[in-house]
Formats: sequence, C-alpha cells, structure tokens
Amino acid sequence: MLKCSVGLIALSSLFLSGAAIAQEKIKVGVTATLEGTYTVLGEDGMRGHQTALNVLGKKVGDKELEFIVASTDATPDSAVRAVRKLIEQDKVQILLSPLSGDEGIAVKNFAKTHPELTFINAASGAQETTYVDPAPNFFRYNMDGAQWQVGLGKYAYEDKKYRKIATVGEDYSFIYTQVFGLVLEFCGAGGQVTNRQWVPLGTKDFASVIAALPDDVDAIYLGLGGADAVNFLNQYQQAGGKAHLMGGSIMIDQTILSSKGNAKNALVGTIAASGQADTWEDPGWQKFVKAYQDAFPPNKRFPSPSLLATNYYGSTMALILALREVNGDLSNNQAKYKEALAKIEIDAPNGKIKLDANRQAIGTNFVTEVVDDGKGALFSKVVKVIPNVNQTLGYDPAVFAKIGLPSRTVPECKKY
Amino acid sequence: MTRFVERHPAWALIVIIAIALALWLTLAVWPPGLEEAIGRKRVFLNAVFNGITLGGLYFLVASGFTLIFGLMRNVNLAHGSLYLFGGYVGYAISASTGSWLLSFIVAFILTALVGVLLQLIVFRRMEGQDLRQTMVTIGLSIVFADLMLWACGGDFYQIQTPNWLIGPIELPLITAVKSSGEPVYLRYPLVRLVIFAASVVIGLAMWLALNRTRIGMIIRAGVDDRDILAATGVRIQLVFVLVFALGAGLAGIAGVVGGTFQSLSPGEDIRFLLASLVVVIVGGMGSIPGAALGALIIGLAEQLGSVYIPTYAIVVTFLIMVLVLAVRPQGLLARR
Repeated sequence: MLKCSVGLIALSSLFLSGAAIAQEKIKVGVTATLEGTYTVLGEDGMRGHQTALNVLGKKVGDKELEFIVASTDATPDSAVRAVRKLIEQDKVQILLSPLSGDEGIAVKNFAKTHPELTFINAASGAQETTYVDPAPNFFRYNMDGAQWQVGLGKYAYEDKKYRKIATVGEDYSFIYTQVFGLVLEFCGAGGQVTNRQWVPLGTKDFASVIAALPDDVDAIYLGLGGADAVNFLNQYQQAGGKAHLMGGSIMIDQTILSSKGNAKNALVGTIAASGQADTWEDPGWQKFVKAYQDAFPPNKRFPSPSLLATNYYGSTMALILALREVNGDLSNNQAKYKEALAKIEIDAPNGKIKLDANRQAIGTNFVTEVVDDGKGALFSKVVKVIPNVNQTLGYDPAVFAKIGLPSRTVPECKKY
Repeated sequence: MTRFVERHPAWALIVIIAIALALWLTLAVWPPGLEEAIGRKRVFLNAVFNGITLGGLYFLVASGFTLIFGLMRNVNLAHGSLYLFGGYVGYAISASTGSWLLSFIVAFILTALVGVLLQLIVFRRMEGQDLRQTMVTIGLSIVFADLMLWACGGDFYQIQTPNWLIGPIELPLITAVKSSGEPVYLRYPLVRLVIFAASVVIGLAMWLALNRTRIGMIIRAGVDDRDILAATGVRIQLVFVLVFALGAGLAGIAGVVGGTFQSLSPGEDIRFLLASLVVVIVGGMGSIPGAALGALIIGLAEQLGSVYIPTYAIVVTFLIMVLVLAVRPQGLLARR
C-alpha cells in the first residue's frame, strides 16, 4: 500500500513537472574562468552577468531563458572543451563565451563548425578574434585589448612626460593586443619602448623578472592580470621597487585594486586605460554600479564592478535585447536573431556600443589614474573619455593592415 | 670526500671547476665582455638567489611529501591541499592577530591535525594498497579544493609581511662598479633571505632528528622494513601518525611561507603538488637530502630559465625531470 502511494505521488509529480516545461525554454551556455590564474576575473564576470539578469529579467516574450554555466581556466583547449560540452550535452542554442584572449580565438574558430548557433563573446579581447578571418556567427560587444589602450600612450608622453618605457606582460594574445595598442600610440607620439618582457600566464615567482627590469626608463608598463598581477606587486614591494608604473586594462581593475594585502598600494598614481573607469559620473554607469552593489552582499563582490563584470553585463544585455527584438525567434538557423545582433546598438554602462562589419564593438575608452579614496580602497579615476574607438584605432584600414598582427615583437616602435 | 676523489678523479675535477666558476661569477666584478654576452651581473645574481630561496620553499613542501612516502609508501596526492589549507589558516591568523610568527605555529598545528585525521580515518584502513591510497588522495584533493573554494572564494590572499621584513637589504656582493669607482652592492628582499634561512634550519633539524634521535632511528628502520620493525615491538601505527602529522605540518608551514612571498588562490594546491612531485622525482623518492637537492635544482632552473630563456622556462623543469628519469630513474640521491 505504502509503496503504491509513493509510486503514485512520484508519477503525478512527474506529470506536474512535465506540465511546467511545457513553457518553451531557450538554452544559453555561459563560460567563465572559474579556475586557475583568472578565477577572480571569472567570478566577477558572472556577477556582471547576474546583475544584467536582475535588471533585464529572463523572459523573452512567452519564453524563458535558461543559463548553463561551464568553467574554463583561460587556456584555449579548456574553452573549446566547455563550449563543446554545452552544445553537445546541454543542447544550448546560444553561447555567451569566452572570457580570455586565447580562449576567444579558439572559440571563434570553433564557432565556424556550428554555423547554425550564435556565439556572443563574453569578455575576451584579443585582436585576432574578430580581425582575422572572423566567424559570421561570432559577435563581440566589448572592445579588443588595443582599443582599450587608446589614449594611454599620448597621455603618458604629453602629460606625464614619459619618454622611455619598458613593458612586462603575460605571454598570450590579449596582452600582445594591449601592448600593440600602447606601443602604436606611445611610439607614434615620439616615445621609446626599450624592452618588452614576456612571462608565462600563471607565473608565481617574479623576483627574477623584477631584477631584470631596466633602470634607465621613466616608467614600467604592466600587462598582467589576476593572480599574476598580485604576485608581481607583492614581490615588487619586497624588492623595494620605486619606478613609475603604467597599467593594462586588467591590471588596473577592481580584481587587483581590491585584492587583500597591501602590495596593491604600489599602484596609487598609476596611469592606465580601459573600457571603463570606476568613478565615471555618467548616470548610466552609476546606475549599473548601484545595481551591481545591490545584487550582492559587500563581502561577496568588489566595491565597484570590474571590467569583466561590465563586459559580461554588456554582452548579456545584447543577447537579451536582440532576442526580444525578434521575439525569441530562433528558426531558420537563427537567421533573424543574427541579423538583429549585428544591427543592435546597446546603451551599455560604459557607453554606447555598436558593431562594425566584422561584428566587433566600436565603443568608448577611458584613460584613468589610480586614487586612494582615503579609506584604503583604490579606484580608477577618469582622466579622459574617448568615444567611438574602432578596431583599427582610427588608422586607415590599409595602413593598419601593414602593421601586422599583435605579437611579442609587433608592432615595431615607430610612427606608422 | 677523499674516497670520492680517489674513485672518480675526472668527476671531482669537473665539480671543483664548477664550484670555482660559480664562486667567481658571484664574487668577481664581471668584465664588460661577459656583461654584453649574458646581461648584467645584478640580474644573474638575483636569479641565482631567487632560485635558491624558491628552492627553500619547494624543499619545505617536498620534504613532508617525501617523508610520508619514504615511510608509508603512500603517494599523498592531497599534499598540495594541505599546503593551501596551511596558507589559508596562516592568513586568517595573521589577519586577525597581526602576528606573522603565530600564524606559522597555528598553521603547523592545524595542518598536522588534518594529517593525523587523514592517517587515522582514511589511510589506516587501506594500508599496503598503494594504488587505492593514491586514488583516494586524488579524490580527497578535489574535495578539499572545492571546500576551500567554498570557504575562501577565488580571491587572492597575501599574508602580510611583518614591517621589519619589508624591503631590500644590501648584501656584501658587488654587482658593478660605478664610473667613479664606487662599488654597487646587491640589494635583495630581506623576507626571502629569512625564509631561506628558516628552511635551512628546518631541514637541518629534520636531518638531526632523523639521524641522531631514537625516534629518528625508528623512522629510518621503518623506511627500510616496516614489518620487522613492527615485529620488534615498536608501535608502528603511532610512528605512522607522527610522521604523517609532521609531513602535513611542514606543508602547512610552507603554505604560510608561500602566502607571504607569493599569494594564495585556488589552483595553488595543484601547482605545489606538481612542484613537489618533480622535486622528489629528481631528488629521489623518500630521501630528505634528495628533496633538498631536487628543490635547489628545480628552483634554480625555474628562475634562471625565466631570465635567460623566458619562452621555454616552463619546459626546463620538466626537461630536468625527464633527463633524471632517463639517466637515473631512482632519483639523484636515492639510496636504492
């Protein structure tokens, strides 16, 4: 008897749940670096994503969005593995992926093998992803690493009067792209980049790298992120380093500025450039910061969203708004949706974003300086806002193509 | 020593020349030709010192690992988790009390306790089943990693260096001579020197304890033949627990050290597990002097590699491991 009634209840609950899924769902796969060197970046990216869902809701017409998250570790193969799992096992129809530069190039190439699906870049910023042989179903609503450095070279040369700098960066595509943007502008203004050091992603002991930094430069540019950046700063302080610093977009970011310990204090006064500035007064930005702060308790978030949170917010926003435009219509290999994505212009927290012919963002860039708010928290303060930055950084496309693709030694330090 | 010279005169000569060369590279002011060829002396000296101090940290982790393996034949793949756990405990203590030294003591005690629990609850039940123990430790390391991620999040933690240790000191080693004839001395982070000195002290203490005390004698006997030792009436289970506690505690201390001059975050456990595996494979499984030598070699290879061949730096340590496995598979200083 008991057995029977339990069976009945189980059966009826099955029917009930069957009724619940009668409402159609759209499955979206999300990847973030929730392991390895960039763990903190991935976590904050997911917070940005969650904030967007809080603000926009998960409904598209009468359909409900379902998000499935997979973890990567910033290596290209981990990203492809995660994306493949999301497509093959979870049967997602849209992807919000990936976070990091090398992952982006790999996922873009993978996207070509699934032309029927739609890939929306979450936060990765290597130039090659959308510049070389772009995939028609891959859309990127954040700028690339070089675009995020626009304004920094000129500011360093003209306002800070730096003439010679050296760079230290992680050895992969996103940082190549960042150094590319910096070197083009700084050398174009007349500066010299005397030395470029590259360290493997995930380096822990920077002591020898620090010892090998040249003495005869005005500033040292740091293109590091996540655990690498924190380790570098910690050891830089222990070695008694005193040079002027300049920072890349994930170096001068809340992921580093709010790390525990006091090594980050070496960054006060550092100039940097990025797709956002923590203290920007724009109402749209302030609203986003508020939404982010309200969504999580203070010990589970940064004082202010990081670049990754902003990027995930922007790409989630594009994903949902375009989907609403076509009323959730994913028929005919998602043709209508892709068209809507290519055309949509979003009012992201960090300025208006639209896509170019390669489906790459044209957006706003910020030159910043790190300040202490008086209570020990560090923020990036706006120095300059540069709207409408495109992927060729304002160069004529033919000239830009001649510079070559970002790498350890490209571009040369000269005026193009 | 004299016997070694008599038996291998050629090798002895090579060793003496190498030592002399190393001394000259460290002490002499480099001629301009050499500086042009391989860079400034300051960079070289820093890399060497960094390699040695990093080796000190690797030794702390690997010595516990090798001790446990030597006695119990247990490849404890959860050793990295103990390292990270010790680091987090150290951070919590130093953040709440402000005392760096206290964090070492507490980290040692707590990780040693975890080690004791592991031995009593898990490994004792599967004694002598090497493969099963190894698989269980892999599983445990995954569980621990997720528990720590849950408790501490993915943030980077740095243990605050005490004020008296911050900043560099000048060492009496001349790196260059200014045009005015004034010598430039090497400046080096004090904290790394202190940590290195501490690991040397710990290493020596372990060596003394193993070779000069009664308990050390029992442990050495256990390494050679557990069964006979147990048959002589020694309570071998107690010895196992003690050794496991010591090995785990050392990993905990290493965690505090690593959290002070690097940082703590998820993933560090795997990195240090891998490092200590490489170190003991190079040095010889189960041998403490082997762990010291292996740690030194790997530390130096990593640091010199990162300066002189940055692109291939990652490969160098594994190349060394492959070489050792090919030429002397039991490890450089293994006894058998």
